Amino acid sequence: MGVFLTLVRRELGIAFNALTGYVVVAITLLLAGYGLTELLGTLNAERTDAPITEMFFGEGLVFWLILIVITPVITMRSFASEKALGTYESLMTTPVGDWQVVLAKFAGAFVFYLASWIPMIGVLIGLRQLTGQSEFLDPRAMVGSLIGIACVGSTYLSAGIFASSLTRSQIIAAMTSLLIGVGVWASSFRPAVTGTEGDRIGRILDHLSVTRHMQDFARGVIDGRALVFHLSFTVLFLFLTHRVVEMRRWK
Amino acid sequence: MSDNTPMIEVRDLTKRYPGRTAVDGISFTVGRGEVVGFLGPNGAGKSTTMRILSSFMPATSGTVKVAGFDVFHEPDEVRRRIGYMPENNPLHTDMRVRDFLKFRARLKGLGFGRSRERVDRVIEQCGLKDVQKRIIGQLSKGYRQRVGLADALVHEPDLIILDEPTIGLDPHQIRAVRALIKDLGKRHTVLLSTHILSEVEMTCSRVLILNQGQILAADRVEDLENRFSQDGRVVAEVVASPEAVREAFRDVPDVESWEVSAAAGEYLRVSLTPRNGADLRPVVFDIVRQQGWALRELTRSRHSLEDIFIHLTRKQKGDGR
Repeated sequence: MGVFLTLVRRELGIAFNALTGYVVVAITLLLAGYGLTELLGTLNAERTDAPITEMFFGEGLVFWLILIVITPVITMRSFASEKALGTYESLMTTPVGDWQVVLAKFAGAFVFYLASWIPMIGVLIGLRQLTGQSEFLDPRAMVGSLIGIACVGSTYLSAGIFASSLTRSQIIAAMTSLLIGVGVWASSFRPAVTGTEGDRIGRILDHLSVTRHMQDFARGVIDGRALVFHLSFTVLFLFLTHRVVEMRRWK
Repeated sequence: MSDNTPMIEVRDLTKRYPGRTAVDGISFTVGRGEVVGFLGPNGAGKSTTMRILSSFMPATSGTVKVAGFDVFHEPDEVRRRIGYMPENNPLHTDMRVRDFLKFRARLKGLGFGRSRERVDRVIEQCGLKDVQKRIIGQLSKGYRQRVGLADALVHEPDLIILDEPTIGLDPHQIRAVRALIKDLGKRHTVLLSTHILSEVEMTCSRVLILNQGQILAADRVEDLENRFSQDGRVVAEVVASPEAVREAFRDVPDVESWEVSAAAGEYLRVSLTPRNGADLRPVVFDIVRQQGWALRELTRSRHSLEDIFIHLTRKQKGDGR
C-alpha cells in the first residue's frame, strides 16, 4: 500500500508540476465557461424546469468536448513518456508489482481529472447562490452529475492509459485514445439517428449509450446498470493494460 | 543462504530478438565481492545480458540466478538484491535530487524512516550534498551519473549492475565516477559494462570479453595480460660496453636470449627474453647495480587489454568469414 501511494503521489506530482497539468485545467475551464455562457443565454431566453446540471452535462455538447479532449492529454504521458525516457526500465526493475503500477497510473490520472472539474462545480454552486433559486441546482442532480463525471471519466481514462501502454510516443497514445473516445461517444447516437426503437441491436446500443447514461446521472437518476457498465469498461481496459505491461516478460 | 552461493550464475543464456541473436549461449559466474567488467564493442550483447540479469526481460533459453534466486521465477527476490543503473541512466528530470532518491527508496520497499536514513547516507557517499535540493534536469551530466549511482545503492543491494556508467562524461567526471565505483567494490559485488578498455583495467578485478553475443575470454585482468604477453621481454637501456653486457648476462639462469643494439646517446639497448615467463626486471636491476652502470630505462613489454581485445575480436571476425 505504501508503495502504491508513493506511485500515485508521483503521478500527481508530474501532473501538477508540469505545464500540461495547467493546460488541461485551463482547457477545461475555458470550454466549461463557454458552455456556461451559452447556457445562460438560453436560460435568459426561455423558462425551463430542468435543473442546470441536466442542461450542462446531459444535453450540452460542451461536456463531451471537454471529456474527449482532456482525457487523452491527461493519460497520454503515463506509460509512453516513461518508455521514451527509459525510466520504465528502472521502474520495472524495482520490486513493484505490475498491477500496482497500472492501478497507480490510473488512480493518479483519475484524481487529477476530478480535480480539474472542481472549478466548474464551484461555478455552478456560485450560480445557485447568485440566483437564489434552490431548484436551479438540485442537490440530487448535483450528486448524480458528479457520479456521472467520475464514471464516464474512468472509462475514458482507462482507455487512455491502455493506449499509452501500447507505445512510446505520447502523440500516438493521445491520438489512439482520442479515437476510442470519439468512437464510444459517437456510438451513443445510433439509436437517436436511426430511431429503431424496436430492433435488438438498437436496444443494445441504447444500453451502451454513454450520453444516455450521462443524461440520467445529470437528472439525479443513478442507474445501477450504467454504474456496472462503466466499472466493467474500466476494469477491462486496465486488465488489457496489465497484459501489455506483462507482455515484456513473455518468452 | 550460505555465503558461497555465487552472486551471479548464468548458464547457457540465449536471447533472440526477431531475426537476430543478441546473446548466444553464454555462461559465467560472478562470486561475492568481485568487481567484474563486461567488455565488448557496441551491440555485443552487454545491455541485453544486463537487462535479463535485472529481470527486466526474460531470456529465450538458459538459466540466470542472482544470489541463488532465479530471475524469471523469483523476480521480486532478485530485484530486492540488485541495484541496477540502466543504459543512459534514465532519471526523472523534473524531480529534485533528494525527492527522487526518496521516491526510489520507497519503491524498493524501504520504510519511511529507513528510506530517509539511507537517502542521507547515499547523498553523502556519492557527493551530492550540495545539489540535493536542485532539480535533476538542471544538473551536469557528472552529477546526474552520481544520482543514478545513488539510486542504484539506496536500498543496500548485494549486487550492483551498471550499464556504461561513465559514458559521455568528461575526464574529471569519469575519474570521480570510477573512484566511486572502486569504493563500492569494497562492500558490494559490482558488474559493470563498458567499451572503454582502460576503465576495466582501472576498476575491475575480473573481465568478461563479449563479442557478437559470445564470451571470448573471462579472466582476471593480470592473468589475461600475462596469458597474451607471449614473452614478457624486458628492455633495459644502460651505459656499458657490449662485451661487458655479454659477460654479465651469460650466466643468468632465467635469461633465454638477449639482443644488444645501439640507442640514442652513449646508451645500449638490451632486450632480454626470459625463460618460462619469469620477470627479469629485478635480475637486471641487480646486475646493473653490481656493475655500476648508468640505467635510464627498465621496462617489461606487456600486451595491454586493448591489444588483447583487438586480437580476440579480430580473430572471431576472421573465423566468421
